[in-house]
Amino acid sequence: MVSQKITITNEQGMHMRPASVVSQAMAAYTSNVNIIFNGNAYDCKSVMMLMTACIKCGSEVEVQCEGPDEADALAKMIELIESGMGD
Amino acid sequence: MQNGIAASRGIGIGSICVITEHDLSFENKKIEDTEKEKARFDAAVESFKETTATMAEDIRKRIGPKEAEIMEGHLVMISDPTMAGEMKKMIDVGQCAEAAVTAVCDMFIGMFSTMDDDIMQQRASDVSDIKTSLLKILLGIEDIDISKVAPGTVLVAQDLTPSMTSQIVKENVVGIITEVGGKTSHSAILARALEIPAVLSVPGITEKVKNKDTAIVDGTDGVIFINPEGDVLSRYIIKREEFIKKQAELKSFLGKETKTADGELVELFCNIGTPKDAKKAVECDGEGIGLFRSEFLYMDNNHLPSEEEQFAAYKEAAEIMKGKDVIIRTLDIGGDKDIPYLNMKKEDNPFLGYRAVRYCLGNKDSYITQLRAMIRASAFGKIKIMVPLVTCVEELREVKNMVADIKKDLDSEGIDYDKDIAVGCMIETPAASLIADLLAKEADFFSIGTNDLTQYTMSVDRGNADVAYLYSTFQPSVLRSIKNIIQCGRAAGIPVGMCGEAAADPLMIPLLISFGLTEYSVNPVLVLTARSVIAKWTKAEADALAEKVLAMDTEAEIVAALKEASKE
Repeated sequence: MVSQKITITNEQGMHMRPASVVSQAMAAYTSNVNIIFNGNAYDCKSVMMLMTACIKCGSEVEVQCEGPDEADALAKMIELIESGMGD
Repeated sequence: MQNGIAASRGIGIGSICVITEHDLSFENKKIEDTEKEKARFDAAVESFKETTATMAEDIRKRIGPKEAEIMEGHLVMISDPTMAGEMKKMIDVGQCAEAAVTAVCDMFIGMFSTMDDDIMQQRASDVSDIKTSLLKILLGIEDIDISKVAPGTVLVAQDLTPSMTSQIVKENVVGIITEVGGKTSHSAILARALEIPAVLSVPGITEKVKNKDTAIVDGTDGVIFINPEGDVLSRYIIKREEFIKKQAELKSFLGKETKTADGELVELFCNIGTPKDAKKAVECDGEGIGLFRSEFLYMDNNHLPSEEEQFAAYKEAAEIMKGKDVIIRTLDIGGDKDIPYLNMKKEDNPFLGYRAVRYCLGNKDSYITQLRAMIRASAFGKIKIMVPLVTCVEELREVKNMVADIKKDLDSEGIDYDKDIAVGCMIETPAASLIADLLAKEADFFSIGTNDLTQYTMSVDRGNADVAYLYSTFQPSVLRSIKNIIQCGRAAGIPVGMCGEAAADPLMIPLLISFGLTEYSVNPVLVLTARSVIAKWTKAEADALAEKVLAMDTEAEIVAALKEASKE
């Protein structure tokens, strides 16, 4: 498993658009991809689960990927979060 | 009369059509053939997706892409593997499709609605809308076709779901009343986009009215009347005409220059808080940004924003404004604005303490970061640097020296920027006003901040109810101060703007025209109002009025005279 900590910088946090951008991008990977926030794991392939995490701007989260393409999935996640996830 | 939330402005008068809620109860029977039930479920989801996609397309064409995002959001949500997956798991263990849809949707509704976040609570109503639509398909219930209501209809509903709203024909629906929903709900957004007056959150309204009742919907003040008595109806008919006339008049100012009745051009800018607001300024026809508050970068954050974070925000605003002025105010912290991670000391008199430029000059490292970000962003548009709360010439000189040093650094690093970037200051203290002639020699422009100027000139805390009566920009002292600032700026040949609330006040505008203000910076939604007021006055009329009120002794006399002369 690979993981990395990162801060969410979207003005409105993990709302509808970022969550759908992330979940659609992660659907292409076979690895399990989770965001760990406040001690809970949220499936990054599910727009609904990502939104229920209620991650606000400025929150630090940990991205965990496990599976055959875990390194690529993690790199993609970090790239998405850093670029504002379509916002 | 009943009160509700004013969600979409205007007055609607018409005949009520109550949209009754369908009975969505179902028999929770044990399923034997789970494969068949899953196929029934899949078919319902497919049918839902098809209708929703059609509606999204329809809204995109009739209303706009932003509004269509609501329906597209429903598509994304129902396509989520967790959502459909959980529902199917429940069918697998023998639940019927209706029960599975209800349980999973209710779970998400529960999660979203307990979140302390307006946007997320909105997701609860999305899921609720999805649930209702799916249940209707599964139970074979036909929706009322709102698109077929008669002209002059006031829709009354428990809640207006986006799917209902999307069928509204603007020409036939004159008003909307619902029992639930707030200013940011989908119904409110769509009502505003369609320009239909709407009052939301009127408890029990669907029980209290019947079809064909007459209703008045005042979406400006958030008031409704059912079967109005006496002269209420005639009063509201007049109010409606006035509103329609005013709206038409304001629209006629879209895309026009801002000028006085005798043709003197002035600039009409916007006050914004985030780069995204710059888009709103453009939509509202603002001619530039007169005040970009940079605090959001610091306040919506848990650390000092880096140069890159700030650069990105300033660059975005500059690019949105496409070469028009973007006046950025450097960090205006302290006073009533605290940033927890800066661990600022608690002060006995925060408004007289370590705030704004005083704090920045005492924390030069972080100030250099901000100034560098601004100067770098000037390569992408017309950025101007504005220093808040200046009280003496030294402060402005010190900032200008820092700017000069940063420019040298950027030169040696080979980084591009606007060599002529302007550095100006806010005039918002009595001290700055009294030495406006001296500051005008140092500053490239002035901007009058009327809120602080009034507070400091009158020595009054507007938040303190016992003394708030003294807080008025129309006090003779404040008016004299404003006049002096504008005249000193004009004498030195620099532009003088105003970015406080007073710049959009119809009573204040003639005085500002007379004093010679060159730039008015207002909330984006007030651009057209301000432009229409400015267009009503000639310089000569404004001068005569200014001369008259400046000779008056009291604020009450001045306000009365300005109201008397008002052309609104």
